[in-house]
Amino acid sequence: MTTFLAFGEARDGELRILSYETIAAAKQIDENAEVVGVVLADQNTESLANEMIQYGADRAVVVEHDNLKEYTSDAYTQAAMAVIEEEDPDGIVMGHTSAGKDLSPRLANKLDSGLVSDITNVDGGEFVRPIYSGKAFEKKTVKDGLTFVTIRPNNIPPLEKDESRSGDVNAIEVDIKDLRTIIKDVVRKASEGVDLSEANIIVAGGRGVKSEEGFEPLYELADELGAAVGASRGACDAGYCDYSLQIGQTGKVVTPDLYIAVGISGAIQHLAGMSNSKVIVAINKDPEANIFNVADYGIVGDLFDVIPKLTEEVKAL
Amino acid sequence: MNIYVLMKKTFDTEEKIQISGGAIEEEGAEFIINPYDEYAIEEAINLRDEHGGEVTVVTVGDEDSEQQLRTALAMGADQAVLINIEDDVEDGDQYTTSTIISTYLKDKEVDLILAGNVAIDQASGQVGPRVADQLDMPYVTTITEISIDGEEVNIVRDVEGDEEKVQTSLPLLVTCQQGLNEPRYPSLPGIMKAKKKPLEELELDDLDLDEDDVEAKTETTDVFLPPEKEAGKVLEGETDDQVKELVSLLRSEAKVL
Repeated sequence: MTTFLAFGEARDGELRILSYETIAAAKQIDENAEVVGVVLADQNTESLANEMIQYGADRAVVVEHDNLKEYTSDAYTQAAMAVIEEEDPDGIVMGHTSAGKDLSPRLANKLDSGLVSDITNVDGGEFVRPIYSGKAFEKKTVKDGLTFVTIRPNNIPPLEKDESRSGDVNAIEVDIKDLRTIIKDVVRKASEGVDLSEANIIVAGGRGVKSEEGFEPLYELADELGAAVGASRGACDAGYCDYSLQIGQTGKVVTPDLYIAVGISGAIQHLAGMSNSKVIVAINKDPEANIFNVADYGIVGDLFDVIPKLTEEVKAL
Repeated sequence: MNIYVLMKKTFDTEEKIQISGGAIEEEGAEFIINPYDEYAIEEAINLRDEHGGEVTVVTVGDEDSEQQLRTALAMGADQAVLINIEDDVEDGDQYTTSTIISTYLKDKEVDLILAGNVAIDQASGQVGPRVADQLDMPYVTTITEISIDGEEVNIVRDVEGDEEKVQTSLPLLVTCQQGLNEPRYPSLPGIMKAKKKPLEELELDDLDLDEDDVEAKTETTDVFLPPEKEAGKVLEGETDDQVKELVSLLRSEAKVL
């Protein structure tokens, strides 16, 4: 039997949803694999480990240490390598998140292994990943080293939670030290509202929104939908919103179930960041706007008229 | 300060992607400096202007990569190194590239290495951290601000929209995120000067590497385009009716509400 490590990721004391997606991905890669949930955190690891088991992990390994409070490459490498040495796995699945992107190449290097980053689908032993910002896809395999992948959040659905599941939780002691980078402060800018990369619904504004205040109706609609708010580069460059909201070739690449593009013309660089969304709605006063070419549903009209009415209609559901 | 920039050439962001013979068709495509690497070049030039030293831009590519290196020199980098693998490596991956770069850098005096946080073509983001690990150097990814005072380095990095303030020290590798700076366009005098700046060309042999040392650890088995989308439905009538119809379609047809 093969062993796969599925790395959970804790934020503010709770596991992010993609933690459970790593378990589902490991099962998809090898349905007979023993999936070991891994939790690295500064506290509460046993209860987080049990969550991993309830979402399908067979057992769990945890490292709990004060130096794991915030992600740093050095601390997490030491903890992850201790787990990997203990378990000697055949494969590793991590989230393609800020932490996963930072950590996985270093681990792959230490393990002298290939790594397939940012996969959106498992197809037998092959991994599908978007390239050229989603304008194309490739299938990859690891031919030397572990079956090591990072998964794009929101693409591989987690397994059903089963609260009756139980399994072993093994805590490993690791002396985490000699950290070469220190986190002095974290300024939360994105914590208000829903995380763009994990959002099921995104309401995004472009230059047509015209001002920072113009984004207000979009936020109101997003609130009603439980959606995240995003933006095109044009809106960010014009100063209507922060670059952390930018979706596109530079900026975030997102794949929500529903993408509502408001006042966005649909430049090819923007489409690269969102065109793989499941359902796309375009709202634009220019009937010739390129965004209508990728939209499933379109409304030609003034967004300041359409969006408040749409918010009311959603509220009424 | 000895500053190195890792650069990759990529497709122009306006290019449409076509596939021929199981690979992306490159014939006739326009190439540019990977946009995230432009931030790295710009920041390297600014740091050199502030602290003194030299900026060397390094790329692993083919003979056409000289064009992007000349652009970097025209922006203000001092010298460029092209490691041409066209004849030696057929299908490299991030292991290949990072091993070549770290082999080149390992006997150099390096204070700071800057790279883009991701390339917009393959988009793995692996090469920077792999190089840092191979050189046993600390690294900080997706930075939006950097200031250097002696050995001490203070950085602001983007963590999925949040800002993290990080303290570390030289030598160091960083990967650059949008927001770090506004890359300059090369000036005409810059372009003229760039023609005379040193551009060294190396092959694997010159680094005492052979093809087996850098053999890829992953394999691409297929490349394909996303399925064509059918034409969408543009709704008609008064705004009120359009909005009602949209919500109803999203619920009953698309099933996303």
